[in-house]
Amino acid sequence: MTRPGARGNLWLGLAALALASMPLWAAPWHMQLASTAAIAAMFALSLQLLAGGAGLISLAHAGFFGLGAYSVYLLGGGRSIFLTLPAAALLAGLAAAATGYLALRTRGFYFLMTTLAFGQMLFFLFHDTPLGGGADGVFIARPDMIWTVPKAARPVVFLLLNLTILTAMYLFLWKLMGSLFGHALSGIRANEDRMRAMGHDVAGLKLTAFVLAGALAGVAGHMAAVTDAFVSPELLGWHHAAEALLMILLGGIGHLHGPILGAFALTAIREVGQSITERQRLVEGLAILAAVLLLRRGIAGLRR
Amino acid sequence: MEGFLAQLLNGLQYGLLLFLIGSGLTLIFGVMGVINLAHGSLFMIGAYLAYVVATLTGEFWLAPPAAVLGGLAFGALLERGLFRKFREREHLDQVLLTFALILLFEEARAALLDNQFHAVAVPPSLDFSIPVTGGFAYSAYRLAVLAICLAVAAVMFAFVERTRIGASIRAAAENPEMVDLLGLDARSIHTLVFAAGTALAMLAGALAAPLQSVYPGMGDGFLILSFIVVVIGGLGSIAGAFWAALLVGSIDTLGKVYAPQIAGISVCVLMAAVLLWRPNGLFARG
Amino acid sequence: MTLEARGLSRRFGGLLAVADVSLRLRPGVPHAVIGPNGAGKSTLINLLGGAIRADSGAILLNGADVTAAPDWRRARAGIGRSFQRANLFPDLSVLENARLAAQASLPGWRLTALAKEESGTWDQAWAALDRTGLTGFAAHPAAAISHGQRRLLEIAAVLAALPSVLLFDEPLAGLGPEETAPVVALLRDLAATHALLLVEHDMDAVFAIAAEVTVMVDGGVLETGTPEAIRTSAAVRDAYLGHRA
Repeated sequence: MTRPGARGNLWLGLAALALASMPLWAAPWHMQLASTAAIAAMFALSLQLLAGGAGLISLAHAGFFGLGAYSVYLLGGGRSIFLTLPAAALLAGLAAAATGYLALRTRGFYFLMTTLAFGQMLFFLFHDTPLGGGADGVFIARPDMIWTVPKAARPVVFLLLNLTILTAMYLFLWKLMGSLFGHALSGIRANEDRMRAMGHDVAGLKLTAFVLAGALAGVAGHMAAVTDAFVSPELLGWHHAAEALLMILLGGIGHLHGPILGAFALTAIREVGQSITERQRLVEGLAILAAVLLLRRGIAGLRR
Repeated sequence: MEGFLAQLLNGLQYGLLLFLIGSGLTLIFGVMGVINLAHGSLFMIGAYLAYVVATLTGEFWLAPPAAVLGGLAFGALLERGLFRKFREREHLDQVLLTFALILLFEEARAALLDNQFHAVAVPPSLDFSIPVTGGFAYSAYRLAVLAICLAVAAVMFAFVERTRIGASIRAAAENPEMVDLLGLDARSIHTLVFAAGTALAMLAGALAAPLQSVYPGMGDGFLILSFIVVVIGGLGSIAGAFWAALLVGSIDTLGKVYAPQIAGISVCVLMAAVLLWRPNGLFARG
Repeated sequence: MTLEARGLSRRFGGLLAVADVSLRLRPGVPHAVIGPNGAGKSTLINLLGGAIRADSGAILLNGADVTAAPDWRRARAGIGRSFQRANLFPDLSVLENARLAAQASLPGWRLTALAKEESGTWDQAWAALDRTGLTGFAAHPAAAISHGQRRLLEIAAVLAALPSVLLFDEPLAGLGPEETAPVVALLRDLAATHALLLVEHDMDAVFAIAAEVTVMVDGGVLETGTPEAIRTSAAVRDAYLGHRA
């Protein structure tokens, strides 16, 4: 996985500024759409640390996203966002630690299947028990955000908040992938056995990445809950995890910023698809086929 | 006590259906090195096939053979047309391509039929109860499903353990390069294994149709459980899949009756325990 | 800086791959293990490096028992090993390969230690390339250098982690005569400061480097002695030639 250079980051920054200027020229409905895309981008970006970073294809990731979202509900209404956001990251990170401890004992197909099963366990936890307010989802009270946001200003405030957190997450991962930790992850993706033989603590490195990615997914889930004021068990389901993988592949698994491009592209494809046909699964299925069969290096790899 | 006995039989029968699905999955993983997330959709297709056949002809018993024959043909077609090409792909590509198949199968089902729940009647010939012990009688159809699944399992074991082709399937599940060493046509073996796996999943769907409603996305739950069966049993092991399926089927069924809220979780806890104890599955070779 | 093996044994199914092998490695006394194919030489290196566990016997590093330690812990403790198959990281440059190896020697993998950018690992990597004569190829991708250079990179990656014990598995395999001489000189140099174990088929190189030679046949030690003693041993000649025929 390569990191964008100074020029690439400049373009990404300009794109972020263009999105941040939406309140000046776009309709509230479009700003909501951009918020949705930004949250999807956070989710896919957090998974990219595992997929593109360490070569780990996890299907449990939606479980951590969902836990982050449900933490707002579990803490009860009226809490400060400065409490709910770290709590979401902590809860998701703890779940990722437990899941990773077990699932990372396996490799390859086994890892895929065990993460799928553990992800579904989290799904069942919220789908089958009254813990999360039921199988159909539940409306939640948004956390307190310093001052009360009037209803009309919500699309603007949430858009700017989501863009800010997405930018922070991207910069954090950009820095991380350039560190020794990032180099070690790349080595694990390329040749795990060799890394271990050289003396790298592969198990510890993978678990650290798994927990970190889980906590970041929790942040993304938290922002989804705050933005939508609604959570449902589907957020934890493996189909949601597969969607994040699709965004990564669509945008380019070989590039750190790929998932961001993929998330915005898939959100746009869905939106356009919705206006053409009611068959959403057909649109998504075809998008996957296009991404896998035609765009093998993703949108970010188009320029080469 | 009778209630528990009935649930235990239900669990075994559910486990045997899981075995039909899981054994195909584990062989396809082992022999071809392909992960097929759409395997649960094949189960759904089998169930809908039973619904359509039973509705059109009025004779449910045409459905299981139709599922097997249709499954063999459909599986061979899928392997030749798609999965053969997926083998070379990375895991992520395989995950997404087979995820796309799930979406497209669901969409095709919605386009050809509808999004409703449907009931398939238990065939009248077996719509009665057989007394098992003094005061306890058990559904004849469920007993028939038990018997059919056991017969299929016996045929599978005999085929894999006793025949030359079976020996090469076992060899390939252990070590994919072995097939070439044995001088057998690896491509035909792949087609055979995938077609058989598809037929087994569709047969399981057809047999399950009268036991539960036929509905969109019904393959998803079975997919997760059969993955757990494969993980617990050990990749590529049919005997492992068999015992793991019975274990998972019983725990899930008893759990749904006696502790409905933790049923979905209990099976995963079982898997976690196996991963801690024997990360390669209970029946892994070597 | 000693590595000692006491009565190591390892069985694969019905085959006793390594049977009751004892040896002691220390700086200044380079130790070579020779024997026909299938004698258990690579298994012995795998046992010492920790890639596989011994069924019985003990391995002591500077007197401390490391028999139960996994391979990566042994590598961190100073046991460096090379592989027959030169399979480092083909997409990374020669220098980055060495640097990734050097990074393994840093204390702890934890985020706080690793969040820093590269730090001193570059120096270790450059020193290792310098030692193996690869500095001129530092920027080349590992996939793009010659076979002989890849063998050297294999050695450089081991050296970059600053090990005290060196386990080399056929470092000369596939090298031409002109390529062999500098590697032999390098190994002789390294043996002065490192405990060195060399598994090698090139007998001229073995006798040029080693101060002690162990002959393995069918997993067991046939004879251990000075190169001169081994060269003139009738038992060794019989066993060796018998197996070759």
